[in-house]
Amino acid sequence: MSEASKSARPDGSNRPAVQLRSAVALLGSFPALAGVDLDVHHNDVALLQGPNGAGKTTLLRLCAGLIGPSSGTAMVLGQDVGSANGRRRVRRSVGLMGHSTALYDDLTVEQNVQFWAAASKAESETVVPALDRTGLAGRLQTVKVSALSAGQRRRTALAVLLCRRPSLWLLDEPHAGLDKDGRELVNGLVLEAKDAGATILIASHDLDWATSVATRRIDVVGGRVVEGTVVEDAVVKGTVVKDADA
Amino acid sequence: MTRVTTTQSEDAKSAKSKAPRDAFGTASKLTRVFGVAAFVLTSALLVFALVISPPEVIQGESVRLFYIHVPSAIVSLYLAFSITLVGSIIYLRKKSIFWDLMAGAAAEIGVIFCAITLITGMLWGRPTWGVYWKWDPRLTSTAVSFLLYVGYLAVRKLELPPHVRRQRAAILGIISFANLIIVRYSVQWWRSLHQGTTLDPVDTQLDGSMLFSFFLGMLAMIAIGAWLLVHRFRVAWMEERKAEQSLAAAIVERQSEGRS
Amino acid sequence: MLSDARLIAAKDLRIEASSRVLLTQVLPFGLMVLLLFGFGISPDRQVLGEVPRRSVLEQVSPGLFWITVLFAALLGLGRSFSIEAADGNLDGLRLGGLDPAGIFLGKAAAVIVQLAVLEVIVGVGAILLFGVSLANVGLLAVTIVGATVAIGCAGTLYATLAAGQRVRETLVPLLVLPVLAPVLLGATQATEAALFGPVSDGWPWAGLLGAFALLYIAIGIVAFGSFLEES
Repeated sequence: MSEASKSARPDGSNRPAVQLRSAVALLGSFPALAGVDLDVHHNDVALLQGPNGAGKTTLLRLCAGLIGPSSGTAMVLGQDVGSANGRRRVRRSVGLMGHSTALYDDLTVEQNVQFWAAASKAESETVVPALDRTGLAGRLQTVKVSALSAGQRRRTALAVLLCRRPSLWLLDEPHAGLDKDGRELVNGLVLEAKDAGATILIASHDLDWATSVATRRIDVVGGRVVEGTVVEDAVVKGTVVKDADA
Repeated sequence: MTRVTTTQSEDAKSAKSKAPRDAFGTASKLTRVFGVAAFVLTSALLVFALVISPPEVIQGESVRLFYIHVPSAIVSLYLAFSITLVGSIIYLRKKSIFWDLMAGAAAEIGVIFCAITLITGMLWGRPTWGVYWKWDPRLTSTAVSFLLYVGYLAVRKLELPPHVRRQRAAILGIISFANLIIVRYSVQWWRSLHQGTTLDPVDTQLDGSMLFSFFLGMLAMIAIGAWLLVHRFRVAWMEERKAEQSLAAAIVERQSEGRS
Repeated sequence: MLSDARLIAAKDLRIEASSRVLLTQVLPFGLMVLLLFGFGISPDRQVLGEVPRRSVLEQVSPGLFWITVLFAALLGLGRSFSIEAADGNLDGLRLGGLDPAGIFLGKAAAVIVQLAVLEVIVGVGAILLFGVSLANVGLLAVTIVGATVAIGCAGTLYATLAAGQRVRETLVPLLVLPVLAPVLLGATQATEAALFGPVSDGWPWAGLLGAFALLYIAIGIVAFGSFLEES
């Protein structure tokens, strides 16, 4: 699988799904990303790990096209995130679940999922299966989001993600605040998405849960990627992404 | 304005490379020309406006305020805010930081001259109309324009990544000029409907030394405006370079996090 | 673009239908402001030399009404963007495939609809409290439509400029009020002309409102995308 995951790309191109070169990204005037070099290949499940404040969230937001690099290059799904048009195109094909869930408190679970499905130009038929899959069908469906627990909110956000059918999944601490069922749900969804050909980046401190699905581990420290490890092939530990590329 | 004095040889060196010159202050040959011109013109203006030119027939001595009031209005509303408009347009087309900073510097100068216009206008109003504020259309629309550009300056101070802030400021710099025109004409229209024409600070019959004083005032205000503009721009330019340098340092520091 | 606008407007209106923040908080605020004007100006004062005799309150009621609307609109705009800022929803909108111009028109349309409802109710309040008799409903209707579209579009554009910023609440009034000063002038003049005549004086002002509204619809469609782009 490890070899296949590196070579097989749905679009036949040999460009990685995410390719960052010396990418610097600013939060205000703070360089949250201080020169990131990273390749994530199509169909990889990459685990981003590193201490708090290492830049994992900013890295995901850069990959989502929500922010642009202030220097360096960032190609995501073949689009240049440095240009406004490229960012716009990237955003349509990624799914980001961050710390905030982007839900409207005053709408019900179903209304939220319906709205975001429509806003993402997803088929309206995807809503019911997504609610089923995330365990929100039935009673919870008609509850206002403001009345949900943190875990239920995340499930709703996952349902939105399912409707979008992104080809690049960006999950920021997806296991946090979820019960065992919820964590299993996340892992199940990740594996299904991988089987469907998607590429997945997970930033997580829940290493036990995250490593069970990850094909690669990427260490983020001080706004940089310092080390990339292919999980199935632990012997190659220490393969710096830059070197692998050369 | 103060600049470390340099010896002849150092001057020769700094003529070759711009860097050391920048390091010493915001003065340049250009600012010295404007500075001297501003000083000479202002001195001449004081003599002509206060001593040589006669009081006006209707307004009396208060006509002398006119020599500052009208020129500062022209510098602010017509020149400074136009530079902001032009700078904003060029920034949007070429993404040139130079023009973004120029637009911002011009707006600050414009706001200051706008304030001078308002203050001198009110001081003129007290002896002429008997009140400081008579909802004169020009003064009223100047007051709104002043606030429009105070808002523009506030947007320039938002905590955003630099390229995002520049983009927003540039769009706002263009829209604000449109607003300025709309405000000006709608306020004029409003006042023209509800009262007969009153004595306006601009409706003044001038001749001879009065006319000459007005021209002197115009030139003096332009020189002061240009002098301040170049200084202000260079401050902004140096801040920009400092930010670049501190960003480079911040990146190095960021990269060394978590290593010991 | 228009279907995106409809989606956003429907969402905002559904949120209001469910939360009733404007109905139960902003509308009472507007009515309270009307009462405060009565306290501040005194209802017994008469305008001298006018025939028929009017109270000062009635005489200045068009201006008071539109100032009330303007303040209420600021609250409505704040609400319109606080629902997007609460949980990172602006990011969600960026990630969706919606046309930015559609988002602008949708958010503006929702503000306009809600503001129009508020104007009708506050307007009835003003008629009752200030003793105004209604006249020239045609000119009044055109004025209300023009001014409301102008306030909704310009307000939405400037509120986006500050959206997601910590200083949003204080910055938006500073940005919006000078811009809307000509709208207040036009709306007040047109309303005065409709109520007290001559009506012919009011139509050019209504025209100004319409032109202003169209201008800001155009600016919003062009500029909104880059205001929304990053923050």
